Amino acid sequence: MYLKKRFIILFLLLGLAIIFGLVKGAVHIPLSDLLLKNNQAIFNLRLLRIVAAILVGSGLAVSGIALQAILRNPLAEPYLLGTSSGAGLAAVSAAILGLSRLYMPLAAFLGALASIILVYNLARERGMIADKSLILSGVIVSVAFSSIIVFLVSLFGNEAMHEMNWWLWGSLQVYDYKLLLLVAIPVILGICGIYLFAQDLNAISMGEEDAVHLGINTQAIKKILILITAIITASLICICGIIGFVGLIVPHMMRLVAGPNHKLLIPVTCLAASIFVVLCDLLSRTLFAPIEIPIGVITAIIGAPVFIILLKKGKRI
Amino acid sequence: MSALLKINNVSGGYYKEDVIKGVSLDVEGGDFLVIIGPNGSGKTTLLRMATRVLPLRKGEIFYQDKNISAMALKEFCKRVAFVSQDISTGFSFTVMELVLMGRIPHLKRLQFEGKRDIEIATEKLFLTDTFSLKDKRIDELSAGERQRVIIARALAQEPQLLFLDEPTSHLDIGHQIQTLDLLKRLNLKNKLSIVMILHDLNLAGAYSNRIALLDKGVIFKEGTPEEVLTYQNIEAVYKTIVLVDKNPVTGKPNLLLVPGEK
Repeated sequence: MYLKKRFIILFLLLGLAIIFGLVKGAVHIPLSDLLLKNNQAIFNLRLLRIVAAILVGSGLAVSGIALQAILRNPLAEPYLLGTSSGAGLAAVSAAILGLSRLYMPLAAFLGALASIILVYNLARERGMIADKSLILSGVIVSVAFSSIIVFLVSLFGNEAMHEMNWWLWGSLQVYDYKLLLLVAIPVILGICGIYLFAQDLNAISMGEEDAVHLGINTQAIKKILILITAIITASLICICGIIGFVGLIVPHMMRLVAGPNHKLLIPVTCLAASIFVVLCDLLSRTLFAPIEIPIGVITAIIGAPVFIILLKKGKRI
Repeated sequence: MSALLKINNVSGGYYKEDVIKGVSLDVEGGDFLVIIGPNGSGKTTLLRMATRVLPLRKGEIFYQDKNISAMALKEFCKRVAFVSQDISTGFSFTVMELVLMGRIPHLKRLQFEGKRDIEIATEKLFLTDTFSLKDKRIDELSAGERQRVIIARALAQEPQLLFLDEPTSHLDIGHQIQTLDLLKRLNLKNKLSIVMILHDLNLAGAYSNRIALLDKGVIFKEGTPEEVLTYQNIEAVYKTIVLVDKNPVTGKPNLLLVPGEK
């Protein structure tokens, strides 16, 4: 009962956030005029952004939950395994090589996957994945790739950089609904896939050996989950660039609110992260309209204090 | 009848050198077997091999004549459970949530715990005297309470064989006796077979029907408490002089330590 009420509240909040997201913007369109024909172009664009925001929020936050649980590391987040810098490097290289913008998402996707494969293989030892080596390899690959990005940009000047700036700080400006659809499929399937492992995540979060004693094949499940989070993150990166904090902070906030049981935590986090990103996007385009602030900046500025407040309260609400 | 668990000439370890070097040990149904031995003798390693955490390098282990490495892990964990010294409290599950995790081997993927699972978990909470804690978070519990909850979770797996790795090491003497009494009761009444590592030799003598004394990765001596807990065996393995007496109440061997400096 109690639970149902909270879910209804979260759904209502998401509905409100969506309405706000549609109405507000560089131009204010009253709710009653939203569906008029001459507003249709704006309506469509805003709707695409909102869909993107929901995908980004749920995808990144649920990936963060899974990685934090399997690595039992509170600092784990979707970009930990080098996805962001791998995608960045591929995209910058593509820009320098003069590839058309059309190929940018594909390049980013492939770059992200390539870096995960690299990190994964660096961390593998006798067929096993040790958590610490995985995190360390992720950090090392990220640092190496980031420095190559800076190197390339400083050699080849501002042209490439200009193109990349929005991307390195994230933006939900999506023009192409086909691309959005293409990304939505792996992201949604990925989230459902992670949910299938909710029970295993509960056990693994208590420690890997502990999980083996409960009949869970931890090595196989870790590999599957790393692959799923990699696909989600790589897909999202190619439409909206790198949006920090969502995959790191929202899972922690929701653990404080909903507890660590993944059967509940995952759906609650999907809703909450969607609300969070829809609102952050709204702020990013309205605060200094018509200038758009990169959404990664907003998520960080809002995420940090909200998290600190929850942490200080230190209990389930 | 063949043994419940048959450990057949197994070797294994972590790095190049084997920690366990050719150990054979049978656990009979209804046993309360205590493994003793000095630090580094391989007690925990042996338990990790028997519960499929650590792969064997040599030998094999049979559970009711089935090679355990050929059993599905969940099938194995329906029959064999493990209780560790303590658990991580990084994720603050409630006691009930934790004990329900013991039902995982019995559930299919995406199958949520049903009424029956909650009944079983509740029964185990009562059995371990932790029902009043069921809504508390595991990081709020004392070490003694947490140990009983870990035992409740293992019991929720409904095992026939329970492994425990020094379950009393964090507990005061009151809680030590309470925990071991509980296990002895389960052993006698519910026919639960128990294999336990203990450091306290007197407790080992008091509760077990068999003791295996491990030294440098091999079994030095195995038998009844009276056969194993002799001053000769203890001195040979622990390099410590003890006097062996009888506990005046239980009649079991009672070891007295003799300080080297007076």
